[in-house]
Amino acid sequence: MSVATLRAVEVDYPRGRALGPFSLEVGAGEIVALVGPSGCGKSTAMRLLAGLEAPSRGEVARTPGRGETAVVFQSPTLAPWLSARANAALPLELAGVGRAEAARRADAALARVGLAGAQAARPAQLSGGMAMRVSLARALVTDPKLLLLDEPFAALDEITRRALADDVLGLWAAARPAIVFVTHNVEEAVYMASRVVVMTAGPGRTAGELKVEGPLPRPPGFRTTAAFREQAEAVSALLSQAMAA
Amino acid sequence: MRRLAYAIAPFALLAALLIGWEVACRALHIAPYLLPPPSAVAVALAQGLPTLAPAAWNTLSTALIALVIASLIAQALAVIVALSPLAERAIRPLASVIQVTPVVAIAPLLLIWAGLDHPQRALVTLAVLVAFFPIFSGAVSGLKAADPDLERLFDLYGASRWQRVARLKVPSAIPFLLEGHKVGAGLAIIGAVVAEFGAGSGRVRGLAWQILDAGNRLQTARMIAGLAVLGAMGVVLHALLETAERAGLKWWRGR
Repeated sequence: MSVATLRAVEVDYPRGRALGPFSLEVGAGEIVALVGPSGCGKSTAMRLLAGLEAPSRGEVARTPGRGETAVVFQSPTLAPWLSARANAALPLELAGVGRAEAARRADAALARVGLAGAQAARPAQLSGGMAMRVSLARALVTDPKLLLLDEPFAALDEITRRALADDVLGLWAAARPAIVFVTHNVEEAVYMASRVVVMTAGPGRTAGELKVEGPLPRPPGFRTTAAFREQAEAVSALLSQAMAA
Repeated sequence: MRRLAYAIAPFALLAALLIGWEVACRALHIAPYLLPPPSAVAVALAQGLPTLAPAAWNTLSTALIALVIASLIAQALAVIVALSPLAERAIRPLASVIQVTPVVAIAPLLLIWAGLDHPQRALVTLAVLVAFFPIFSGAVSGLKAADPDLERLFDLYGASRWQRVARLKVPSAIPFLLEGHKVGAGLAIIGAVVAEFGAGSGRVRGLAWQILDAGNRLQTARMIAGLAVLGAMGVVLHALLETAERAGLKWWRGR
């Protein structure tokens, strides 16, 4: 069963075409990585999947209702004037959930991302990695069916990125939402995704696809296995072709 | 040691200037009605304090009342402008006209409208006109300064217009509002003083009138004493507003 489908979508902006024709079907519980050169329209595809934008041509089909889609952006995008708890509770409060109930669920979401002690902290008091975790908690607080991550770890250091990648997979294993994430990092794509979609230079089309073999969440040492290396090489090769095309 | 030097520096410079002034006046035998020495100003200040202090309070209260009124009007208009591009199109040019028209030029008209018996109303109105623009402009920029990704998040969760204003736009605007009020308060004092000069009557017993009156009598020392009080008032108010802005930002950001 698919959660969100893009059928031959094209998006035109005044300065030219940003995306397409591009098709993508995201199945329930699937983790899809979108990889492609800068400006290929990955973020545009994400906005279509989120229902935040309509395509110029083509069709978008989405099953999640209001509040069942969550987005995590490249920067944590937290409200500086709110505590970690209030930031995480924001989607619930916008949906009209009562204050006490929203706070309780926000605390639970913060605990799930390993921030049980930081409910009262303000974003300015958190490290980049912790702020990103609050952003994740805010995305998870509504138990979304579709989780969209737009280059979520790009601004973080390698150690934090890897820790967060494992955390996201752990969280995915608990509730199995469909996840679509954009990354420039081939290894991150292969490590986190069950399927990697490589896009051509803008306006992006599908250059190729790779179904990633291996258990999810990843067992320790997965990055050093031959299977992982081979699949990363395959995606790199696809990406090189896409850039050359 | 270095910190001490930094703390003392402005006072040391002030003292040096005052001493140089005093010495120059005595050595060059400058006529006191042209330039009285600081000692004479100090005497005028001490003697004039019973009239200068209430005059300073009059000017300050004019400015503060004006600041409150300007703040309320500016913020209300800013919210309307933020909600409706049409309202912005209509209001912006008028706001700019208010900003660029010198308050001295409007003063005589407003004094007539307020009536000769109520010059205080005209003074407050004039100070409001001057203090309005920085607050309005700051509020409008602030209301538009919300993080676009947060805006998208509000779209995603289907936030109502009211939720967007109350939970995103207004809180995002707070640093801009603090800055606008700081500038606006400084301008309100200038506006009040300029308006008092414009009114030019003894009915409004503000600092400007004290300075004008002393000038008419060629009491130069008293004029400078009035200026000194005005300057001191400005410095104190500025320091208070800086502190208030810093405290406000700390509260907003949590650190």
